[in-house]
Amino acid sequence: MQEMVNVFLYGKKYTVPADLTIMTAMEYAGYKLVRGCGCRHGFCGACATIYRIKGNNELKTCLACQTQVVDGMYVASLPFFPTDKRSYDIEEIRPEQKIMMELYPEIYSCIGCNACTKGCSQSLNVMQYIAYAQRGEFEKCAEESFDCVNCGICTSRCPAGISHPMVGLLARRLTGKYIAPKSEHLKKRVEEINKGAFDDLIAKIMEKPIEEMKELYNKRDIEE
Amino acid sequence: MFTAEMLESIKKVEATRAERIGYEPRRMTAEEKDTLLRQYHPDFREDGFSIIQIGPNKGEKAPVELCTLLHSNSRIKDENIDLSKIDYDVDVLVIGGGGAGSSAAIEANENGANVMIVTKLRIGDANTMMAEGGIQAADKENDSPQQHYLDAFGGGHFAARPELLRRLVMEAPDAIAWLNNLGVMFDKNEDGTMITTHGGGTSRKRMHACKDYSGAEIMRVLRDEVINREIPVIDFTAAVELILDKNGQAAGAVLQNMETGEYLVARAKTVIIATGGAGRLHYQNFPTSNHYGATADGLIMGYRAGAPLLYQDTIQYHPTGVAYPIQIFGALVTEKVRSLGAMLVNIDGEAFMHPLETRDVCAASIIRECSDRGKGIPTPTGGMGVWLDTPMIEMIHGEGTIERRIPAMLRMYLNYNIDMRKQPILIYPTLHYQNGGLEINGEGFTKAIDNLLVAGEAVGGIHGRNRLMGNSLLDIIVFGRNAGKAAAKKSKTVSLSELSLEHINSYAKKLEAAGIETDTVSPMLLPKYTR
Repeated sequence: MQEMVNVFLYGKKYTVPADLTIMTAMEYAGYKLVRGCGCRHGFCGACATIYRIKGNNELKTCLACQTQVVDGMYVASLPFFPTDKRSYDIEEIRPEQKIMMELYPEIYSCIGCNACTKGCSQSLNVMQYIAYAQRGEFEKCAEESFDCVNCGICTSRCPAGISHPMVGLLARRLTGKYIAPKSEHLKKRVEEINKGAFDDLIAKIMEKPIEEMKELYNKRDIEE
Repeated sequence: MFTAEMLESIKKVEATRAERIGYEPRRMTAEEKDTLLRQYHPDFREDGFSIIQIGPNKGEKAPVELCTLLHSNSRIKDENIDLSKIDYDVDVLVIGGGGAGSSAAIEANENGANVMIVTKLRIGDANTMMAEGGIQAADKENDSPQQHYLDAFGGGHFAARPELLRRLVMEAPDAIAWLNNLGVMFDKNEDGTMITTHGGGTSRKRMHACKDYSGAEIMRVLRDEVINREIPVIDFTAAVELILDKNGQAAGAVLQNMETGEYLVARAKTVIIATGGAGRLHYQNFPTSNHYGATADGLIMGYRAGAPLLYQDTIQYHPTGVAYPIQIFGALVTEKVRSLGAMLVNIDGEAFMHPLETRDVCAASIIRECSDRGKGIPTPTGGMGVWLDTPMIEMIHGEGTIERRIPAMLRMYLNYNIDMRKQPILIYPTLHYQNGGLEINGEGFTKAIDNLLVAGEAVGGIHGRNRLMGNSLLDIIVFGRNAGKAAAKKSKTVSLSELSLEHINSYAKKLEAAGIETDTVSPMLLPKYTR
């Protein structure tokens, strides 16, 4: 006999198998999901969900696809939570502190309540990465926010109106483009290809008969 | 969390671990691989396939589930769509908001076209977001595009279309440079050298990564760039059929609001199908690592309009999907776990194959271990799996490697109280990639329908009959960018005549003539998971 639990989806009671996730429990209960469902494997942040366990006043947050149901769970999904993204031209901006001040000035209104961190579905230290952004320490902000899936739970709980995922994303793009060291070997190879250095070599291998290709493939040396 | 039987087997895995470190299992010969695939790979199971009855690929085989959709009615067969009422009028219509669609839209915009993205979920809700391990490019001293070509051509069973594979490998370094220039954070050493590793079947370490969030990092940057450029994105709106004009050119698509059901007409001078894969069709009842929306819609729409498929009968089963726990059944365990040194080990603690054979060989080998050889580990839901010995990674590369290099994997398992740093994880092949798709020429245009382009997983022929790790993140960028540029350029010379959906009627007549009666409609749009 399968173990069952009672969960409340949007306030309505359903009895579902205990080994389901919140997402599969919703489907078991008959919901055909359109919003609030994306990759189903914890990467896209589409299924941000809030819940309470009966008898406990704490409001918890999670991704519905990564969280197992428990008895007495009251669930409401956040199928869309508006974040406020500012537009910019990545070619025009520079990794200077003032760019954060210009694009996301509200980060300086952070009151340090840490609700963002407590809500994070990825257990990131959200308040810390906002602090790095305030100080123009983009590389640290990028590293600290790297695993963000843009679910928007932090934003939904922020009294200062900060769109944290957007701040992290800006810091990461600045880091990836301007701060991280340049890859000389990549630049060199792109130039070689553009100059046609590989044109003959690739043409030669494309012309080879299949039997010869098989021979080449099966005998190719493999880097240790 | 593990069952008693699993814990018993883990002891055997632990007992053999020390002697397995530093031991490299022999790679299989070409003959051994061939025999193994024929006997155990799902592509060779006859009952998994049926014959396509109508259209350009009539007489060829396709997975049963795909065949059913090809033999289904159009969703708008009996709808009265007013094609004179144009809701959106653009130069370039991109169907699909994943990596290929977004790259295409960015390049179309860059090349001066009025471009729009339509997507049935949200932009970025796509397989791209879930790609973990990395992206290939031959940009190091000991590597070359022709070496990359050889690896991919051989790995794909010598079936790739040379003109497409040439583009893939020759434009790979530029694709990496383009992404890096947009701000994608690749793993690098302090001197800027890209940290690269092997993937199954690679002869050089050319796998570039962004930890094990490679696809997510690429996708969120592309999405951000699309928004920065103010390219219109119509979310939660599916394309349900292509629109042609009276001369048979692609001319747009009929769209449907996923929530209200309302139909809309988008007219476009060029159309790019970038709808991704088919994992959610669950071929042969396999679980899948794919996104919720991966239901082969583009293949269906393109085929109904007359574009042929290529290699629709070859599917990639990723060797390492989660076999246990059930909550994440089918989820991807990135190949990077193996490239970092974790071995595949059976119930008795024996390493039964080289961990970096190509994916099809690896998947077939695991299926053999779990079937005829009887060396699989049973799961409580009636499935099977083998161990992926993850603690080896930290023994080889040092403590902290797992957290640093594969944080998403660690997090996914820790949610269910499994610490992959200390215990091995249980895996089984999962439906991962559609090797086949719509046939295109080197520029990205379909050969049958003017002004219709395809990019990304919906394309057939780039990888032949099996794809190497890291070549799909690459192909969405290379072919996405190309499609965007080509579509923008072409749109400047296109003039459309009257819009038409006549191809839907003619397809319906062909179904009838073939004696196919069906109640199902396609494209599927979303899988059915309600009880």
